[in-house]
Amino acid sequence: MAHTVLTQADITRALTRISHEILESNRGPDNLVILGIPTRGVILARRIADIIQRIEPAATMLRVGSLDVTLYRDDLAHGRTRTPSRTEVPGSIDGATVVLVDDVLYSGRTIRSALDALGDHGRPTIVRLAVLVDRGHRELPIRADFVGRNLPTATDERINVHLVESDGDEFVSIDGGSNR
Amino acid sequence: MSIDGLQQHELQERWLIRGATLPDGTSTDIRLDGRGITELGIGLSQSGASVIDAEGLIALPGLVDLHAHLREPGYEHSETVLSGSRAAARGGFTSVFAMANTLPAQDTAGVVEQVLALGESAGYVDVQPIGAVTVGLAGKQLAELGAMASSKARVRVFSDDGFCVSDPLLMRRALEYVKAFDGVIAQHSQEPRLTENAQMNEGALSGELGLVGWPAVAEESIIARDVLLAEHVGSRLHVCHVSTAGSVDVIRWAKARGINVTAEVTPHHLLLTEDLVRGYDARFKVNPPLRSREDVQALRAGLADGTIDIVATDHAPHPVESKDCEWDAAANGMVGLESALSVVHAAVVATGLLDWADIERVLSRTPARIGRLVGQGNPIAVGSPAELTLYDPAATRVFGREDLAGTSTNSPYLSMTLPGEVRATFHRGYPTVLDGVVRSSLEIADQASGVVVHG
Amino acid sequence: MRHLLSTKDLSRDEAINLLDIAEDMADVAEREVKKLPTLRGKTVVNLFFEDSTRTRISFEAAAKRLSADVINFSAKGSSVSKGESLKDTAQTLAAIGADGVVIRHPASGAPAVLAASGWIDAGIINAGDGTHEHPTQALLDAFTIRRRIHGQASRGTGLDGVSVTIVGDVLHSRVARSNLWLLTTLGADVTFVAPPTLLPSDTSLWPARFSFDLDDAIDAGPDVVMMLRIQTERMHAAFFPSSREYSRVWGLDDARFRRLGPASIVMHPGPMNRGLEISSAAADSANSTVLEQVTNGVSVRMAALYLLLSGDRKESKNVD
Repeated sequence: MAHTVLTQADITRALTRISHEILESNRGPDNLVILGIPTRGVILARRIADIIQRIEPAATMLRVGSLDVTLYRDDLAHGRTRTPSRTEVPGSIDGATVVLVDDVLYSGRTIRSALDALGDHGRPTIVRLAVLVDRGHRELPIRADFVGRNLPTATDERINVHLVESDGDEFVSIDGGSNR
Repeated sequence: MSIDGLQQHELQERWLIRGATLPDGTSTDIRLDGRGITELGIGLSQSGASVIDAEGLIALPGLVDLHAHLREPGYEHSETVLSGSRAAARGGFTSVFAMANTLPAQDTAGVVEQVLALGESAGYVDVQPIGAVTVGLAGKQLAELGAMASSKARVRVFSDDGFCVSDPLLMRRALEYVKAFDGVIAQHSQEPRLTENAQMNEGALSGELGLVGWPAVAEESIIARDVLLAEHVGSRLHVCHVSTAGSVDVIRWAKARGINVTAEVTPHHLLLTEDLVRGYDARFKVNPPLRSREDVQALRAGLADGTIDIVATDHAPHPVESKDCEWDAAANGMVGLESALSVVHAAVVATGLLDWADIERVLSRTPARIGRLVGQGNPIAVGSPAELTLYDPAATRVFGREDLAGTSTNSPYLSMTLPGEVRATFHRGYPTVLDGVVRSSLEIADQASGVVVHG
Repeated sequence: MRHLLSTKDLSRDEAINLLDIAEDMADVAEREVKKLPTLRGKTVVNLFFEDSTRTRISFEAAAKRLSADVINFSAKGSSVSKGESLKDTAQTLAAIGADGVVIRHPASGAPAVLAASGWIDAGIINAGDGTHEHPTQALLDAFTIRRRIHGQASRGTGLDGVSVTIVGDVLHSRVARSNLWLLTTLGADVTFVAPPTLLPSDTSLWPARFSFDLDDAIDAGPDVVMMLRIQTERMHAAFFPSSREYSRVWGLDDARFRRLGPASIVMHPGPMNRGLEISSAAADSANSTVLEQVTNGVSVRMAALYLLLSGDRKESKNVD
C-alpha cells in the first residue's frame, strides 16, 4: 500500500525553501547554474529557477539546464540498455556555482556520475546538490546541501515522485516494505 | 547332398516378408533369397525363412539413383564408395550411379573399373560408375568414352557434372559418339559466362541479399541448345537436376517434338526454396541453386505429368569446414541419399501429385532404364532380382544426424520433420538395412563376397 | 540491440532512437572533453577483411571516444590471407575477449554468419559486407539529412516526405541497399537512377521508384541527391561502355548540379571519383554534405557501439 508523505503543497513549500537557501548560500543569484538530472530533476530545476527569478526579479544571468548521467553510470553493463536523455548545459560552467538538482537521493551513485559528467563540461568553482527527498542508504561519501524532506526508509521500499509536468498529478509516496 | 554340390543360395538366408503393400496397393507376402524373388502371394509358408512383419509397409523395388557423388578416389574425407553405399542403403537404394568428378576423374577405363570394384567389395548397392565426357572434366577433349563403355564397368552414362559441356561442338561430338554403344550424355546445364561467381537463384532475393545471381536462363538456354543438338544428331540426352519452370517448358516442348531426352529433378528442388538462403546458412548452398516457389511448383507438375522422368539425389557430401564459413566461400552441394524417399514423399506424394506406383517409376524403373542398368529397376515379381525396399509411410521423424549413414553431415533437412522411414533394404537377397538400421560393413562385405564368388 | 547487421531489421522507433543517441554523441564532440567513460573496459575489434581506412578510423574514433579499447585486425598480411577461416579468426577473437566486433568482409552475409555461428558471443556490427549492406553508412546518411532539414529540432523526427534520389551502381552497392531500407522506414521516398545493367534484375520487392533518366530525376526536384561511387573495373565487365559515357549520362555534372534546387542536398559516401560520378563544383558546394557525413559517421557509430555494448548482453539476447 502506497501512502503519501508529501502533498503538492508540501512540495511547493519545500522547493520555495530550497530556493531561498540556495540564494542565501550563494549570497544572491549571481553566477548560478542550476542543472537538473533527467527526468524529474530537470523539472525541479526549472521550478527552482522560476522561484529564484520571482524572489530576485532583477536577476538576469540565472541559467538552468539539464545534465544527463546515463553515459557515466557505473552499472551500464547490467540490466537493459538505457536510452540517454538530453544534456543541455547553458554556456560555460567554468568558475560558476553549479547546483545539481535531483528528485531522490539514495545510494549517491547517480550524483557521482553527475560529478564526472560535469567535469567533462568544465570546471565550476562550487558544486552544490539539491534534492526533494533524501531517503538514506548512501553507498558513497556524498550528501545533499539542500533537502526538501528526509525520509528514513527500508531498502525494500519504493519512493514514488509524481510531478504535474511529467505525471499529471503531484505527490511523493512510499510503496512496499515488509514492516508497514 | 555333398558339401561340394551345395549352391550358394542354399547357404544364404531365406526371407519371408509378411503382408507388404505393393506400389499398386495390393497386399502380399514376399519370399526371397540370393536367387531373387521366389514367391508372391497371401499366406506363404515361412519354413526355413526369417520372417519380417511388413504390415503397413510399402514394398518398392530397390531404388536407383542416377546421380550421386561418392568422392572416391580423391576426396575420401568427404565420402568413400563404402560410406556412400551405406548412405544409399539407408535411403532404400540398391544401386547408385557414381559421378565422374573424382580425383583422378573417372575418365579412363582404369578409374571406372576401380570404382566398380570398390562398390562390389563394399556390397551394399550396385555402384555403377559414370564416365567423364571430357578429359579431367576440363571441357577440352573427349575422354575415352568407348574404352569406358567396353570396360568391366560397362559405362553407359557420361557426364562432366559439376561442369557444363558448354562448347557446342564438343557436346555435339559427345552426343554423336555415344550412339555407338547406346550411351547417354547427362548434361549439367549451366552456361558458364552467365553464371560467373553465381551464388544463388537470380531474383528479388539475390538482389536484396547482395549475392551474385544464377539466372534461370543460364540453365534453360543450354537445355534448349542440347535438345536441338540431340535431335540433329539423333542421339540421347539426359538433363541433370532440372531446377526451373522454364526448363520444364523447354523439355516438354522437346519431348512433344519427339526428341530423345530424359530429365531428372532432385528431391531438394522439389521441396526447398531460395527463401532458406536468407540466413546465409551454407547448408542451403547448392548448384543449381534453390529456386523460387513457382519453380518448385512447376518441377512437381513436370514430374507428375512425365516431362521430368526421374528423381535423382545429386548427393554431394562435403566436410564440415566447407560449409562452416561465409556463403561465398562455401562449397555447393547437399547430402541426399538418406533423405531422398522421405523428401519426395513430402513433396509429391503427400501433396497427392504422385502415388507409390509413380514413385517406383521415377526412383527405380526409369533411372535404371536411362542408365541401361540390368538387374535393377525391375518390378516386384517372381523371378526378379531380390532388390527391394520396405518403407513405412506412416512414420514421421525429426530428421537428425543419426539418420545419416555417410561420412558427411551437410544435410539441409537436419531438424526438419519429414514423413516416412526406410525399415529394410534388400540387395541381392540379403538385407543391407534391417529394422531401420544399416548393417555392419563387415557383415555386408562377407555377404557380398559370397555372392560374387558363386554368382 | 544484440547486433547491427542490416537496416532492414530496424524498426522506425529503433532507428530514430539510434539517431537521437547519435545527436547526444554529436553534442559530446562539441565539448572541451570529447571523451565519455561509457565503454571503459570493453574491447572492440575492428576486423577488416577488406581495406577501408575511412570506415576503420571512423569506428576507431567512435570506440575510443567511448573509452573502449580498440584492436585493429586487418586481414591483409595476416594469417587470414594465408587461408585461416572466418571461424578460426572469430574463435581467436573470442579467446582474446572481444566484446564487440566491427566486421568488413567482401562476402555478403559474413557478419550474419558470424552473429549466428556461436563461434563468438560478441556484438557484431556490419561495417560493409560484399554487395549486401553497410548499415552505419545509411544511418549516418539519414542523420545528415535529418540535421540539414530539421537542424536543432532533429530529435525524435523521421524523414517523412523527404525525396531521396540515389544514382549509380545500385547493383553492387551495399550503401544503396542499407539506405533503401532505412530511408523508407523513416518515411522518405527513394528513387534509384542507374543504367539498367547496374540495377538488380528483379527489384519488385524494393519499396522504391526506378528510373534510367538522370535528367528527369533532377528536374523532379529531389530534396537529396546521393551519388554512388562507380568502380572503373565494372567497365571491363561490360556493365557500361566507357567511363566517359557513364559520366555524360549518369554523372552529376555542373549543368545538372545547377538545375538542383538551392536547398537540395548533395551526398556521396566517399571516396569520390571527381569528374566521373560527381563534378568538383557539386562536391565542393554548400549543398554538399560530404564532410558532414564523415563527421556524423563518428557520432552514429558511437551510438551503435553504445547500444550494442551496454546493458546485459544475456538479457538483450532474450529481447531479440
